[in-house]
Amino acid sequence: MTATAAPPAPPTPPVTDAAVRKVPRRKRLVPYWLLLPGILWLLVFFALPMVYQASTSVQTGSLEKGFEVTWHFQTYWDALQEYYPQFVRSLLYAGTATVLCLLLGYPLAYLIAFKAGRWRNLLLVLVIAPFFTSFLIRTLAWKTILADDGAVVGALDALRVLDVTSWLGWTADDRVLATPMAVVCGLTYNFLPFMILPLYTSLERIDGRLHEAAGDLYARPATTFRKVTVPLSMPGIVSGTLLTFIPASGDYVNAELLGSTDTKMVGSVIQSQFLRVLDYPTAAALSFILMAVVLVVVTVYIRRSGTEDLV
Amino acid sequence: MRWIRRNVVVVAGLLTLAYMILPNLVVMVFSFNKPKGRFNYAWQTFSLDAWKDPCGVADLCGALTLSFQIAVWATIGATVLGTMIAFALVRYRFRARGAINSLIFLPMAMPEVVMAASLLTLFLNMGAELGFWTVLIAHIMFCLSFVVTAVKARVMSMDPKLEEAARDLYAGPVQTFVRVTLPIAAPGIAAGALLAFALSFDDFIITNFNAGSSVTFPMFVWGSAQRGTPVQINVIGTAMFAVAVLMVIGGQLVSNRRKKAATP
Repeated sequence: MTATAAPPAPPTPPVTDAAVRKVPRRKRLVPYWLLLPGILWLLVFFALPMVYQASTSVQTGSLEKGFEVTWHFQTYWDALQEYYPQFVRSLLYAGTATVLCLLLGYPLAYLIAFKAGRWRNLLLVLVIAPFFTSFLIRTLAWKTILADDGAVVGALDALRVLDVTSWLGWTADDRVLATPMAVVCGLTYNFLPFMILPLYTSLERIDGRLHEAAGDLYARPATTFRKVTVPLSMPGIVSGTLLTFIPASGDYVNAELLGSTDTKMVGSVIQSQFLRVLDYPTAAALSFILMAVVLVVVTVYIRRSGTEDLV
Repeated sequence: MRWIRRNVVVVAGLLTLAYMILPNLVVMVFSFNKPKGRFNYAWQTFSLDAWKDPCGVADLCGALTLSFQIAVWATIGATVLGTMIAFALVRYRFRARGAINSLIFLPMAMPEVVMAASLLTLFLNMGAELGFWTVLIAHIMFCLSFVVTAVKARVMSMDPKLEEAARDLYAGPVQTFVRVTLPIAAPGIAAGALLAFALSFDDFIITNFNAGSSVTFPMFVWGSAQRGTPVQINVIGTAMFAVAVLMVIGGQLVSNRRKKAATP
């Protein structure tokens, strides 16, 4: 702004043209007017509810007598003690589903990005289109696919896979439905597109010539993949795993529809405490713990993966 | 060796694709089923009954209409608010940008249950009546971030020189915006709107917490999983899938024709 500054001009950071231009006051307020309604919406209906929830979690009382803030932090401890199996299970299932999504999604994203040629758009459509059938309907379809006398169970049984999975505790009594395996299968299925799309976006940006260069330098395909493709697709891997893990950890639809009482996830507990038991403090405390756990896991993960540019 | 490796990727990718499409095929096939009993999980005999009478189940089409209305309004709300935010974030430098970016990122990085439960505590504390309005408020809230992200990506890749050129040619600010900026940003806005519509239409968890006694389509399906699933649910699922595929193919044809028209 000060074009004729003191002679030994300090090295100024590069400024964008919008900042340099001297703008009248009315115009300087434009971004704020643009932001105001949306940000207000998020503050009132996203941030404020979190505050309410925090306050609810330290209340005691009952629905009849009303609730009061008594700073009763014991609720957190009690909730954790009673429901830690569901917590551990949620993280375990979500983690497993995320890893499976990565393993299943990477080849498909790779295929679409590098090998599909003129089929690329068709394949992308096929990845997104299943989304339009309501996800509850699709999850219910897994009941048919994994039915006790269905083809999948029959094949797994014939291949003696069910013996192994039963021994591992993933399945029980020669059936897949109502076991952890069914829940993880449903979670993997439902969140797979959230993995594939970011992976595809970051793979697609890779210059194919880098692969050729690696080949020219006598790298075998496996080496090229490990040293060139994977590192360059890291942003996609990170955002894909986050987009899979976070919603999966709070999901309760798969666990309820495909699982049994032994596979309940923490989402189910929060839901029933809130909507059926009407024990609001416990429900609020549980959902706060879930939020904290997810935020910690995500922060640690982002730090370790070393990718700053996420969104 | 290389040949096998190349095919391993293709085979693995196609298997994943099959895994993704299998449930849709099951939904489609079972829309022609005539189930015994209340549940439509086992194949009995072929029948067109459900296709002839998709609204034959009580409350089903009411739930569908409600979901559609909410999705339309939520899309409009989230797209308008989100586009404004996206433009502000890309085009202007101002204080609190970092804070605003995190505020927009957080709803996407939060398990849905947590948002659903916290919104419900807010509504309960305010004494709001749960129903259409609370669901709409919630949907605009969680769709907003996704619209911002989609529009931002497009606006960021826009060349500001085009707008400068328009100004040089004596276009006023309004004219520049309507004739130049908006058409270029349109694909991003459309993508955001489509995403918002899909997210809103399909949302179950947040809706279930905040809908009170109103029943949206996902809630109807959820209830039917307990009470008995009518075949009509599969009909509607199949129809949605078909409409989506047709829309995409249509869009593809239009953009192909445009490309052809653009290259003489």
